[in-house]
Amino acid sequence: MEEFFQQLTNGLAVGGIYALIALGYTMVYGVLKLINFAHGDLFTIGAFLGLTLLTSLGLSDHMGPLLGVIALAVMVIVLVGLIGFLLERTAYRPLRNSQRLSAVVSALGASIFFQNAVMLIWGARPLVYPHNILPTTAISIFGMDVPLVRILMFSTSLVLMYALYYLTHKTKIGAAIRAAAIDQGAAKLMGIDVNRVIALVFCIGPALGGAAGVMVGLYYGQISFTMGWMYGLKAFTAAILGGIGNIPGAMVGGLLLGVIEALGAAYISIAWKDAISFLVLILILIVRPTGLLGERVADKV
Amino acid sequence: MMNMRTLLLFAVCLLLLALPQFLNPYWTDVFNNIGLYTVLALSLNIILGHAGLFHMGHAAFYAVGAYTTAILNTQFGVPVLYTMPLAGLLAAVFAMVVARPIIHLRGDYLLIVTIGIVEIVRIALVNDVFGLTGGANGIFGIARPMVFGFKLKKPEHFFYLIWGFCLLTIFFMHRLENSRFGRALNFIKEDDVAAEGSGIDTAYYKLIAFVLGAFWAGMTGTIYAAKMTIISPEAFSFWESVVLFTIVILGGMGSIRGVLVGSFLIIGLPEIFRDLAEWRMLVFGLAMMLMMIFRTQGLIPPPPRKYDVLAYLKEAAGAVGGGRA
Repeated sequence: MEEFFQQLTNGLAVGGIYALIALGYTMVYGVLKLINFAHGDLFTIGAFLGLTLLTSLGLSDHMGPLLGVIALAVMVIVLVGLIGFLLERTAYRPLRNSQRLSAVVSALGASIFFQNAVMLIWGARPLVYPHNILPTTAISIFGMDVPLVRILMFSTSLVLMYALYYLTHKTKIGAAIRAAAIDQGAAKLMGIDVNRVIALVFCIGPALGGAAGVMVGLYYGQISFTMGWMYGLKAFTAAILGGIGNIPGAMVGGLLLGVIEALGAAYISIAWKDAISFLVLILILIVRPTGLLGERVADKV
Repeated sequence: MMNMRTLLLFAVCLLLLALPQFLNPYWTDVFNNIGLYTVLALSLNIILGHAGLFHMGHAAFYAVGAYTTAILNTQFGVPVLYTMPLAGLLAAVFAMVVARPIIHLRGDYLLIVTIGIVEIVRIALVNDVFGLTGGANGIFGIARPMVFGFKLKKPEHFFYLIWGFCLLTIFFMHRLENSRFGRALNFIKEDDVAAEGSGIDTAYYKLIAFVLGAFWAGMTGTIYAAKMTIISPEAFSFWESVVLFTIVILGGMGSIRGVLVGSFLIIGLPEIFRDLAEWRMLVFGLAMMLMMIFRTQGLIPPPPRKYDVLAYLKEAAGAVGGGRA
């Protein structure tokens, strides 16, 4: 029971990260019907930018850990959002009206490009985040010790997810995003500037991914230039699990996948941990392509 | 005109035959790699180029073939080249089993699932599945192949084996392109609803495309295992699939010449700019983006199919007229 609970909290902490990355996939897919393969690498860029800013500006020394990390997250969110915006302008917008699969290949090219750019800039060897920033204490829940970091991670992702949910479901901009996702033509006729909506989506998605990158760096302490690929694939699995294009679906899918993976690693085999996620992906696509919360027609697959 | 082409083809073949005499072993080996990738990319070309199925797990089939050869040779002492048909067959069966349930998935979803499959295969190999694959270290000590009592061991020996197989592959692919099967695949690529409406069993044809491509990749796996004498899971990673995918996309989907040019560019060119090896993948990524924006069809797209409709009509009219007379 103790181990089960520990794995559950660990799964929820990791699942929160998957959910944040999955939101980027699902928002872009909702509006453009495009799988943004470069999204995982934007997450990597977020992690590396975060490390550089953290060490070069000495944020946590000047402002204290909590404010420092918040300032860091804001900077990374802005920078990665900007990169996402530029990516959409250069690699995807020229292909808006061509075949769907051309855009997919372009996205794949962008992913390879970013991954190798990170390698050339920061080097091929894994880098280490300073590990004196986050508290190492554990707090007791129902008589079991849970590291405070996990709770912080989980609550941070919940806050970010709620912010996004509020933005998309309670504001005018959010209504425009959802309208563009349902029918671009009709949205244009209603006076919505679809190009601006797409640009905005390409800022918000990568920004959340970048924040997730910083969180992974702080949580695991180690980052490498290839990590975005694995996280990206898992987050994509999470997005499919919840029903792609569906924002609450990505949140549920991410948390669920994190828990499945943590429990699978603990009770089946740690060596097959990654294979379990891919198996979930394949099974979902075969059995229920619309995902858990998706209500889209089968034609999408 | 036709004569000129045949002559040119002969000249190229002769040049190829003489090539190892002028190259040092290193460059011969580079050509061997280009040959191997050409064969692999041509086998992927059936699936990706002709049928238009976005398949990015080709390394999985290649791995099944290579491991079949390695296991049969090291554990049971079967001569390497005798394992080739079985390697192809096992890869084909594997493809049939994994492709059947995913064949109906559209475009980008298929891409993601095939990436998942190639990763699962790699993880299975690393975890020493069935206790046969040797885990992360792989299998070593694969015997050198014998051809009519002659042992192949130097790069130039393999040069003839690989490029001989490559020429055979090109011939086979050329025949395939102009067959009923090849035409059906191209129809499916252009419009699979219309193809289905014209009586083509699209699911069946797509599956056969996968099986054929995997069969060929499996056989190439045998040659790879024989050439390297040591194989490990890292040789069949996702990036191997990306390289093959890039060769077909950049060269031109469904074009034999395109694939040849593609593998010379992607495998050969980095050897010339070896100092810039780190930049290789960066340039690939950039090239993929630029290619999709400015030249979607690839460097050398296949020539459009031509049908002499007038002659066909005349013949049909003649047949009708003859019937009346």
